[in-house]
Parts: sequence; structure tokens; C-alpha cells
Amino acid sequence: MRFVDEFRDADKAHALAAKIAALCSPGREYKFMEVCGGHTHTIYKHGLEDYLPEAITLVHGPGCPVCVIPMGRIDDAMHLASRPDVIMTSFGDMMRVPGSNGSFFDAKAAGTDIRMVYSPLDSLKIARQNPDRHVVFMAIGFETTAPSTAMTMLRAHAEGLSNFSVFCNHVTIIPAIKAILDSPDLRLDGFIGPGHVSTVIGCRPYEFIARDYGKPVVVAGFEPLDILQSIYMLMLQLSQGRSEVENQYSRVVPWNGNLVALKAIAETMELRPYFEWRGLGFISHSALRVREKYAEMDAERLFSVPGVRVADPKACQCGEVLKGVLKPWECKVFGTACTPETPIGTCMVSPEGACAAYYNYGRMNRDRVPEAARAGRP
Amino acid sequence: MCLGIPGEVIEIHADQPDLAKVNVSGVKRLINIGLLSDDPPKPGEWVLIHVGFALSKIDEAEAAAAMAFLEGIGQAYEDEIAALRESLIE
Repeated sequence: MRFVDEFRDADKAHALAAKIAALCSPGREYKFMEVCGGHTHTIYKHGLEDYLPEAITLVHGPGCPVCVIPMGRIDDAMHLASRPDVIMTSFGDMMRVPGSNGSFFDAKAAGTDIRMVYSPLDSLKIARQNPDRHVVFMAIGFETTAPSTAMTMLRAHAEGLSNFSVFCNHVTIIPAIKAILDSPDLRLDGFIGPGHVSTVIGCRPYEFIARDYGKPVVVAGFEPLDILQSIYMLMLQLSQGRSEVENQYSRVVPWNGNLVALKAIAETMELRPYFEWRGLGFISHSALRVREKYAEMDAERLFSVPGVRVADPKACQCGEVLKGVLKPWECKVFGTACTPETPIGTCMVSPEGACAAYYNYGRMNRDRVPEAARAGRP
Repeated sequence: MCLGIPGEVIEIHADQPDLAKVNVSGVKRLINIGLLSDDPPKPGEWVLIHVGFALSKIDEAEAAAAMAFLEGIGQAYEDEIAALRESLIE
């Protein structure tokens, strides 16, 4: 595949790893956070941590928009879906997220009309085909996905479609990064910056990280070589005493972002005063809701939802995993009570969650490597 | 799913210029290119696709520059290994 395969070459990976190792100061340790769930996924899938010297640790951040939705909001969505006049549409990654009473998948199996869609636009087709029902789209995602929801709403508006609305759970990345930076639990040396969020917001929003907190940021692509090159660029900045924002993913990310996308979001949505994030608590101005002007497409205005704040199950340590304080395998229920088939928390359920990534790709390495070492093999 | 994947634009829809047919690894589908209305893609150009929308054009010059950097790294590594192979340390 073009623009994919070239960035997976193993020889180049080894070469980059060598250059990274050469930049390590003796006796010093380095901690970089990759914010994006997609980056976590690539790191585990390709075993990138094995290429890095022991001095470098990668910490997984909260950039998984499914993972940060609190249980109460899932319950609200289920409440909407269970109305007989409603068809709920949702991306696949939401289907298995557990609420207080099961997931969308469980509800669907019990007869609730919940349909998986690839694109929010698919919801419009379902709405046109079912004029006697009301279609609610479960809108999730960071700024990467918000423009698509916005464009879908504008299209529905232009068509005069009256049986479509959005249950808006879009969140914004900068407040989450700021919460991490202000957290006393973590000491980070730099950030592997979000890839696709940056196609929309550009690279400027990260400048405060370099300028005010003195931490370098490199906006990275999603292939293994992209991530390794980004780590190399971070190490180069540190070794040269610089802290700047750099764009490794320049083939896709424009420095100024996508103005059309930002305008579409601004036209249809506005920031909520505050929003609850799983693991990070309440963060102000960190999520979006539908504007008054488009009230007829705001599921929260059209229907009432319980709006109850539900605490995470006692055993669940998703919050600490999302902040990067705990590694997946350090969670008490990882792999035992909490597995992809029987998930307790969102980090295990979402394909971009750190626990799911580790469970699917990383476990074998950790078990095998010490075994192999004990057996005397390299 | 929330992945962003590269696809090649084949043609713009005759009646709806907001839609384009793309080829993603052999799969041909219509996607919405409305987010690129400032600089719409032309057939043969590549775009990043996410949930049915093109988010960004893939800049071929930047991609080539990225590959050139990586090629340079790769070559330096191969040269190093070749030199090591030739070494006479004992």
C-alpha cells in the first residue's frame, strides 16, 4: 500500500533505533508520552519499545475518545437508544463499551435498534429511509472526527431532514494534555503529538507545551518509522537544549490545520463549560455540544437523559492507565477479570485503548523474552 | 472505526462535487471531500480518509522528503554494517 508500506521498513527501523540510542546521555532516563490511542496501538503492534534503549520509556496518554467517556454518558446513550421511536447509530468501537447495564452490543442482542455505521453520513441515509423513526447519531471522537459530525449536521440542515439528531460527546485534546502536564503524578520529557487531530487543529495549539512547560513536541504519523523518527527528533531536541513543536507527519498535517473543518465545527458546536472525563475528572472547556442554532439536531434538547454521574467499578483502574501512571499489566484486573471478551473498563474495550493494544500484541513479548533469556537463547 | 487511511482520488462525482470516488487498496467507494473545499483534490491525488471524509491531502513532496530522510538513515546503517563486516579487530 502506498504511503504505508514505505514507512514500515525494518532496516530503517533499526537504523533509527541506533541513532536514538546514540543520543542517550549515560545515566539519564527519558519518558515520552504518546497522546493518541492510535500511536499506542502502533507501538504495541510493532513492538517498537523493543527497538528503544532501556533508558527510554513510553507513557500512554488519554487520546482514546472512547476510553474517556464516563459510564453515566453511556447510560444516557442507552436511554436514548431504548426509545421505540429511535434508531441509534454508532461507530463500531462504541458497541462493546460497558454501561451500568451492559453495552450497545448487549442491548442490540436484546432487540434495541442500534446500528453500526462507518460514517456519520450513513445515519442520514437511514433517516431518509425511515421517515417515521428518529435517528440519533452517537457522536464521539476528538477534533479529528468533530468536523465530520459537523458536516453531516450541515448536510441534514440543507436537506431539511427533520428526523435526525446528534448525541454529542466530542472532546478536545488540548485540555487533556494540559491536565496531564499539571498532574503531580507524572514527569515527562516530551510528547509524541497527536497525528490526525493535528490535521484539523494544526500544530500551533501545542506551542504552549514547548514555550510554557519547556517540553518538546513532535507531531507524529502512525506507521512504525513515523513514531521512531519522532522519538529521534525528540531526543535531538533534548540533546540540543531545544523545546519546540515539530511536525514529523508533514505529508499529512498542515501547520495551520484545516480551516474549513474548524469553521464547520464552530458553526454547529460550542464548548461545554465543563465535561467529565473518565480518569481525569471534570475538565473545563474540554468538550463540545450542539449550538442553540441547531437545537433541532441536539438529542439532549429533544429528549431528556438521566444525566446521572456513575462511578467506575471499584476494580477498574482505567483512570490511572489513561493518565499514564499505570501500565496495563499493572492494573489488578488486567487479563483476569478484565479481558476483551469480558471488559470491565474502556481501556480494554476500545481498539485504541492501551489495555486492548497490550493484550492483543504486547503480552507475548513480555512472557517470552524472560523465558527465552532463562533458556539461554538470545 | 476512527482510523485515517490514505486513498487515491479516481474521479469527482458529476452531480455532487462534494463527493469523490476513491480507491483504497483496491476498494472503491464514494467519500465526502467537502472539508477540502479550499483546495479540492483532483483525480490522481491522494487524500487521508477518516469516517467517510477526506481530512487532508497527502503532500507528495513532503512524503518524498520523509522517505529521503529515511533512505539516508537506512543507507548510513547499511554502510555501517558493511564496514563492520570488513573490520579486522581481534
